[in-house]
Amino acid sequence: MPKLRRRHVGATLTAAALVLGTTACGSRVDDTGEASAAGRAESCVDTSGDSVRIGLLNSMSGTMSISETTVRRSLELAVEEVNADGGVLGKQLEVVTEDGASEPTVFAERATKLIQSDCVAAVFGGWTSSSRKAMLPVFESNDALLFYPVQYEGLEASQNIFYTGATTNQQIIPALDYLKDELGVTSLHLVGSDYVFPRTANAIIKAYAEEHGIEIVGEDYEPLGSTEGIQTIVNRVQGSGADAVFNTLNGDSNVSFFAQYANVGLDAEAMPVLSVSIAEEEVPGIGVEKLEGQYTAWNYYQTVDTPENEEFVAAFKEAYGDDAVTSDPMEAAYTSVYLWKGMVEAAGSFDVADVQAAADGVGFDAPEGPVTVNGDNHHIAKTALIGRVNAEGLIDTVWSSDGPIDPDPCLEGYDWAAGMDKDETYC
Amino acid sequence: MTRRWAGSASVLSGYLVAAVILFGAAPVLLSDFRLRLLAQFLCVAMVAVGIGLAWGSGGMLTLGQGLFFGLGAYIMAIHLQLSDAGPAGRPAFMVTGSGLPWWWELFRNPVTAVLGIIAVPALLALLLGLGVFRRRVKGAYFAILSQASAAAFALLLISQQNTVGGSNGLSNFRQFFGFALSDPVNRRMLYFIAAGVLIAMVAAVHQLRRSRYGELLTAVRDGEERVRFLGYDPALVKVLAYVVAAVFAAVGGALFVPIVGIISPSNVGVVPSIGFLIGVAVGGRATLLGPVLGSLAVSYAGSTLSENVESLWIYLQGLLFVLVVAFLPGGIGSLGAALRGRRRAVGDVPGRSAGHGPPGRPLVDGGGPERAPAGARSGGV
Repeated sequence: MPKLRRRHVGATLTAAALVLGTTACGSRVDDTGEASAAGRAESCVDTSGDSVRIGLLNSMSGTMSISETTVRRSLELAVEEVNADGGVLGKQLEVVTEDGASEPTVFAERATKLIQSDCVAAVFGGWTSSSRKAMLPVFESNDALLFYPVQYEGLEASQNIFYTGATTNQQIIPALDYLKDELGVTSLHLVGSDYVFPRTANAIIKAYAEEHGIEIVGEDYEPLGSTEGIQTIVNRVQGSGADAVFNTLNGDSNVSFFAQYANVGLDAEAMPVLSVSIAEEEVPGIGVEKLEGQYTAWNYYQTVDTPENEEFVAAFKEAYGDDAVTSDPMEAAYTSVYLWKGMVEAAGSFDVADVQAAADGVGFDAPEGPVTVNGDNHHIAKTALIGRVNAEGLIDTVWSSDGPIDPDPCLEGYDWAAGMDKDETYC
Repeated sequence: MTRRWAGSASVLSGYLVAAVILFGAAPVLLSDFRLRLLAQFLCVAMVAVGIGLAWGSGGMLTLGQGLFFGLGAYIMAIHLQLSDAGPAGRPAFMVTGSGLPWWWELFRNPVTAVLGIIAVPALLALLLGLGVFRRRVKGAYFAILSQASAAAFALLLISQQNTVGGSNGLSNFRQFFGFALSDPVNRRMLYFIAAGVLIAMVAAVHQLRRSRYGELLTAVRDGEERVRFLGYDPALVKVLAYVVAAVFAAVGGALFVPIVGIISPSNVGVVPSIGFLIGVAVGGRATLLGPVLGSLAVSYAGSTLSENVESLWIYLQGLLFVLVVAFLPGGIGSLGAALRGRRRAVGDVPGRSAGHGPPGRPLVDGGGPERAPAGARSGGV
């Protein structure tokens, strides 16, 4: 009898719990698939005091921490400068920092915390596409703002994100133009890490190549962070006889790739490699002697000759030591703080809707040169720079586009890209 | 008889306290953000409850629960993606893909999706378990095998850019069986579901442990050969616990997806699989509530500490695990018993006190000659 009773009570309790849980129902999704706006959380940003909070969300631990720590530093530098200069709308910026731990779920969790608990007016950070994809629904459902500072694969344009790195038509396509027009390349071998950025980049490259009569002689992928297959890939690259290699490898795979590349006797003269994920910070890790003369495509190098960059590099070295180098994502992060400041001041308000409405046309004389926000797709117009690694491990500009290129994340302005699969949510 | 009654009352009050805390206090006291976080921890605790059964009661060191967690999570994510895309639609992330893989269609229907979340991991665990336990593979060999399966699964997912989003995983879900995920009321409902499911799982494990089957499972853990001589098949006994643990992990994974909003290979590989285990070890794997409480405590400590001191938690977590494994194999819950045991006279046989698993058990079973894996005896590697 006691046994029976106990079971009975346990079952009743759990059943009651389940029923209680399922009766608390909120709004359903309507036919168009859009969630009703009524259920959205209200913003809790407090702008009544003489300071306003912003969030910095970067990976300070895990595999991405080396790269993202540099972004954190340039964000902090920008905030310091803004505060020393009187703040934004007369309010000092109060920074709340969070660690994304190189983990998409942690990015989503911490972004929610920054928005809902810390009530920040904007969040700056993220690096990998997976971290951005994880945060995107958080920012959209809370109607908050994220400033994302890294070049990426495009085909996205959320109204709650400002993308201050390059999209593909500001990096990949100018790089292809350069290879075709300046180096006379007629055949390409594609090498990349196996994830969304290289896959998308190579889809774009193949569409471009078909249009412009460039032959793609090989396409190889290596799992992210792996080096096992690099030897085979380098052998295939050598055997393919391509005019040049388009390299979208990321991280440690590059170290192995360029080591093997030198081993089999290839160099920038024999077969140039154009890389889109190697910046100043990565050069020493791969080896200056192995990279010297090879090409990169970015929108900023430490050697860029503008007065703003001179100040930026000097301020950065003063804060973090003479050995510190500056790179494209760091500059894009630094710029993002100033662009947000510009938008808030143009709007005269910290409110997300006001900032979004005022964003179009907001400009900044960035270290890379003048940049302007596009209010439709939330990317920024920026100048494309092709560089070559020099003997000191820095990168010299060898070619630049005629002024800033308007961002076109969905590649709507390119007829040859019309047949490509695109994300219908944004494109 | 009085002891039985006392036990019954304490069990009942235990469930009551849990229900009051989870359904009453937490939703009132916690902000939406903290409640979401607690819901996430509850999902991880579901995996821990399963590990408690398989490892604590059954002696199987399941180092690869990420595999089952991931299966449940990805099936749920595929279903959510398809319901967002609408009838005959395909998910937005497949920008570089060609068509919808046929096995996605299996999970378009909500009923088959829920069935799949339970049946697919159960079937896989059954096959894996039969293959492994029939061959009398156990101890460290089983642990390595299960860990390798989680690692292989994560690699497989990363290589499937066009079908499951590769290293980005699946994210950006807008609805959960028709309910908008952006609505705080629905998010609260998800929390209640997670809390209810977790309590149900603990109750199920409680019943299992008290049943004849539970006695048999513990007996297999403590002396597999002896159970075999008594006429039982230890492989079947172990397989059942392994399947239950797999299903619990899968359900935890399935609820994790709408609550957290993303699932990626970094949630299913070796590191998260070990992460699931740490809470169980710390809380006390052989007790009923040790795995749940340990898992919740470890999740909470990890989240709170890393909010304040970046990257400190990783080191603390490692240290905690090493300390518990080295000095307190029974978990924090056995601290009192361990201290009492020390005070007792030397030479006292370490008693098999009130039931399951004395504090001094080794981490991995299978040390003595009787427990050498069959493969080693027959000359295999």
